Amino acid sequence: MTTPQSVPASMFSAKLTVPAIGDAFRKLHPAALVKNPVLFTTAVVALLLTLLLALGGEPLPLGFQAQLIVWLWLTVLFGTFAEALAEGRGRAQAASLRATKSELAARLPNGQVVPASQLRRGDEVLVETGDLIPADGEVIAGVASVNEAAITGESAPVIREAGGDRSAVTAGTRVISDSIRVRVTQEPGQGFLDRMIALVEGAERQKTPNEIALTILLVGLTIIFLIAVATVPAFARYAGGHIPVAVLAALLITLIPTTIAALLSAIGIAGMDRLVRFNVLAKSGRAVEAAGDVDVLLLDKTGTITIGDRQACAFRPLDGIAAGTLAQAAMLASLADETPEGRSIVVLARETFGVAIDALPEGAEIIPFTAQTRISGVKTDAGLVQKGAVDAILRANPEAASGNHAPQLRRISEEIARSGQTPLAVARDGQLLGVIALKDVIKAGVRERFAELRRMGIRTVMITGDNPLTAAAIAAESGVDDFLAEATPEDKLALIRTEQQGGKLVAMCGDGTNDAPALAQADVGVAMNTGTQAAREAGNMVDLDSDPTKLIEIVGLGKQLLMTRGALTTFSVANDVAKYFAIIPAMFVVLYPGLGVLNVMKLASPESAILSAIIFNALIIPALVPLALRGVTYRPMGAGPLLARNLAVYGLGGLVAPFIGIKAIDLAVAGLHLV
Amino acid sequence: MTIEGWTLILLFTALTVALARPVGAFLFALYEGRTTPLHRVLGPVEWGFYRLAGVRPESEQTWRAYALHMLLFQLVLTVFTYALLRFQAVLPLNPRALGAVGGDGAMNTAIAFVTNTNWQWYAGESTMSNLSQMLALTIHNFLSAATGIAIAFALFRGFARRQSGTIGNFWADCTRVTLYLLLPACLVYALFLVASGVPQTLASSIDVTTLEGVKQTLVLGPVASQEAIKMLGTNGGGFFNANSAHPFENPTALTNLVQMLSIFAIGAGLTYCFGKAVGNVRQGWAILAAMMILFLAGAGITYWQEAAGNPVLHHLGVAGGNMEGKEVRFGIAASALFSVVTTAASCGAVNAMHDSFTALGGMIPLFNMQLGEIVVGGVGAGIYGFLLFALLAVFIAGLMVGRTPEYVGKKIEAKEVKLAVLAIAVLPLCILGFTAISAVLPAGLAGPLNKGPHGFTEILYAYSSGTGNNGSAFAGLTAGTPFYNGLLSVAMWIGRFFMIVPALAIAGSLAAKKYTPETAGSFPTTGPLWIGLLVGIILIVGGLTFLPSLALGPIADHLAMISGQLF
Repeated sequence: MTTPQSVPASMFSAKLTVPAIGDAFRKLHPAALVKNPVLFTTAVVALLLTLLLALGGEPLPLGFQAQLIVWLWLTVLFGTFAEALAEGRGRAQAASLRATKSELAARLPNGQVVPASQLRRGDEVLVETGDLIPADGEVIAGVASVNEAAITGESAPVIREAGGDRSAVTAGTRVISDSIRVRVTQEPGQGFLDRMIALVEGAERQKTPNEIALTILLVGLTIIFLIAVATVPAFARYAGGHIPVAVLAALLITLIPTTIAALLSAIGIAGMDRLVRFNVLAKSGRAVEAAGDVDVLLLDKTGTITIGDRQACAFRPLDGIAAGTLAQAAMLASLADETPEGRSIVVLARETFGVAIDALPEGAEIIPFTAQTRISGVKTDAGLVQKGAVDAILRANPEAASGNHAPQLRRISEEIARSGQTPLAVARDGQLLGVIALKDVIKAGVRERFAELRRMGIRTVMITGDNPLTAAAIAAESGVDDFLAEATPEDKLALIRTEQQGGKLVAMCGDGTNDAPALAQADVGVAMNTGTQAAREAGNMVDLDSDPTKLIEIVGLGKQLLMTRGALTTFSVANDVAKYFAIIPAMFVVLYPGLGVLNVMKLASPESAILSAIIFNALIIPALVPLALRGVTYRPMGAGPLLARNLAVYGLGGLVAPFIGIKAIDLAVAGLHLV
Repeated sequence: MTIEGWTLILLFTALTVALARPVGAFLFALYEGRTTPLHRVLGPVEWGFYRLAGVRPESEQTWRAYALHMLLFQLVLTVFTYALLRFQAVLPLNPRALGAVGGDGAMNTAIAFVTNTNWQWYAGESTMSNLSQMLALTIHNFLSAATGIAIAFALFRGFARRQSGTIGNFWADCTRVTLYLLLPACLVYALFLVASGVPQTLASSIDVTTLEGVKQTLVLGPVASQEAIKMLGTNGGGFFNANSAHPFENPTALTNLVQMLSIFAIGAGLTYCFGKAVGNVRQGWAILAAMMILFLAGAGITYWQEAAGNPVLHHLGVAGGNMEGKEVRFGIAASALFSVVTTAASCGAVNAMHDSFTALGGMIPLFNMQLGEIVVGGVGAGIYGFLLFALLAVFIAGLMVGRTPEYVGKKIEAKEVKLAVLAIAVLPLCILGFTAISAVLPAGLAGPLNKGPHGFTEILYAYSSGTGNNGSAFAGLTAGTPFYNGLLSVAMWIGRFFMIVPALAIAGSLAAKKYTPETAGSFPTTGPLWIGLLVGIILIVGGLTFLPSLALGPIADHLAMISGQLF
């Protein structure tokens, strides 16, 4: 499983960085900065030192003090810049969505045209060819093809019609043929478009539960280190010395977790942004975190595990019927059937039996498939051929059903079902001929993916309307852990509840109105954009591509977000060791010269040691911005190896990197005679 | 360093690990409220006690009720002890006719014993009457230990229970631990000590004629009974001022080994009990492994430093290790080991004077206490302190497996993080804060005997010992002043109850949570990786906080010693 490569190469393009620099300064406003307590502390310290410098009285070289202050302010600015940059990436997208929104107008049933912003829930509007749909709603009359490229980026039009599961329309999409009557389902400003704008902009971003907890931890560490630093002057006084405020400030700022604090919100915004670029809208950051925690994936068989269409693979005639006869009848019945299944029957008949009928005979009457009859066929002068579900064919031909061929038909059908295929019975003029076996084609690579998920501790459950026999066979072939056959929406809901009672987090996707309760119950419910309004309301994510396979990637993106957060937190905390070894000897060597031996990095002078630590502490933030925005490399594997790998990279790396970095900066500082 | 020395350290470690399982299994029976063989004899006592006190052991308490009952109990005990010490002059069993204990001293002692610190600013034989020793002090050796174990049980229940509003019954936990574990174990232990030569009598003293013909008065008393619980309950308050260095407290090499083992026995057993409680004993073993790594590292450093001795003295022609302040009977290895054991756990008993250790040798006991005494730790207090760090470690690194943090099946969220950080922040606040005050104010500066970094270490050690509820002292500090008695009382009280109440709140919050079953994707909290991570986080978060103070104390002291300057 690979996460989508969604970050453009031009992550640091001037188009994004220049406005971000401006925003970085705007975010210095105390009211905004206080939301990030660690950066706020840094800013307060920087301000304090600036004032002290202005008032004078610190027994330190002015140049040294000034440089410290500059780097402290830069630390804060790098933090606000990281957040601004992450936000900026969504802003261009938001701008075009806004433009779309502003041009929306609505035609009321009485012909009057009003701005879309005046529409309220329950209003009805007419939308004709070429019009933009003014508000989210439900088609209550008519059929139309709609181009949803403005939302999904997909230019192929989709059909929207009254009733059924394809009735939802979205504001900002364009009707390209026919006209529909739409009942508005949103209040002004709360539509899908509004939500999307807010999302990609990160404007209404609220801290997620895990972010809040992490912020508390960072504040806690800040307080602990504040105590550690605040008590130093008293200790120094006991030793008969004095530590300048600027030096204490440097110690404090290097110890408190500025790195992760500066990057925390950028990580969150970038994580959401990755989802948006992956054409998935998460309604909250909480849902993205939940995706990382998912234990059970409910996957729809069709489209996710198997390719949507079944293929005919064998003709099984009843005793006394020639295989060719069955093939010919099957082909005749399928000629008018434009579904992939129907076409595959034609192909199979032609290839295996050389049946050569190119077109329906003149005057043939086509019997279309309906959900009620579950039979399709053709009526010609020669007679009536029918194909359909086994029980439907038997029901439609009651004489044959009580005849002596029926048990054999049933037996063959069962055999076919047991091997994971779908039986389709064929009859001509009330006489049973045999069964066509339709085969589900498992998607390539699905088995390996499920094995990957298993290693990650995620259980997969296949949801299918098939009978248990067929389902079991497909489940075995695809390597899915479990299956739910003949699944009704109620079954789905019950399954989710059972798993949740066992403490599991469940993810599923769905599109129909009857999926809505399950989507709402699931911890991660991904609604297909083609689905009904009810489904889109119930889920906590909407997949704009309506691709149920993406559920697996969504889990990966959730995990990547959490891993990035954890990796940078660990890195940030591990950094402290080296910073201590830079500052403690520099600070205390005046009190006890012997403490110089703690200067294991052999930094040039106390001033350059302190300055180098502060510079490293500041520069590490922009250095890690690409990682924060891109996310750490995510490979699906078990938690043990994953932790080993990340601890080695970010834990050990976090211990070692600053020793090297501070030493290098110190060489530069000393070489350039900056202090 | 000698082979014998290392053998002793390793043998001791092996014995500790071996004890964890049997002791832990028995603790687990008490945790679950199951019937043990001892119930046939003591069961009626337990029930009689409940009836007398009006306690219904099966009625469960919320964390708030549990905490409230615990706090009220401690408050009453503190007041009771204070009163007893103030009135000891007019109370019976005062053969040496000792006067009342002063106000600040009595308060300090009352708090010291209620909080399981047993900080002793006084010399026991010349300050406390037998009644005070037995009723006011020894009783706390049991009750404060039982309280610690009860809190650990409550926290275990938080992890083990699913969607539960309650975490047990404080009175039942306390009674069971005292009645079935502490009292019987101490009875046997005391008899062993008596057999080894420890006195157990109500007589106050005997007069003996020494070999030189001088008459000497030897103070006696009910020593063995107090000695047993002093160790087993990690109390550390000795009958004599010399504590376990006194031949009447610790007469033989065997009693010395058994004393050290008994300090660790319950703490180590609680790790196993935790594993049993959460349904995976490997969780408990992982904790014990991390503790033992920290312990062996500390014991190794102290032994190495003490055996290396003092270069200043070497130049003067005194060869060998540092024997200053050590009992010749025990020697360097047994003294170094004892000092690390007593501070790793929150015992505070000593068989040598930590003040006389080399700077770095003495830094390890100090550092052990600053970490919050979580290396095995005080009975109960060690494991609940350690679990707070475990929560922190899970929270910092747990995200790296791509799931929100969870530990033994419980999600760790904002509330737990807040409480854990709050409890952990208490350590630097009290230790560093009070040290800073004392290092500046004249009343504080009057305390230390020595000057320079060593004097600073004496102050730092006192507050580390008080906040960590250890009770051992760097003997150089004159702590029996109103200033130190007062500040240390506050440190001890905060160090105890500002840890316990958040721990109970965490228990309550965790107990109410759903259980998240472990999968291949869950953060692994059993293997070597986790153990290494725990050690790393404890050293970084716990350790770095105290590095500046250590640099100005023992480290500066050590570097000065190398360059030939002594304090």
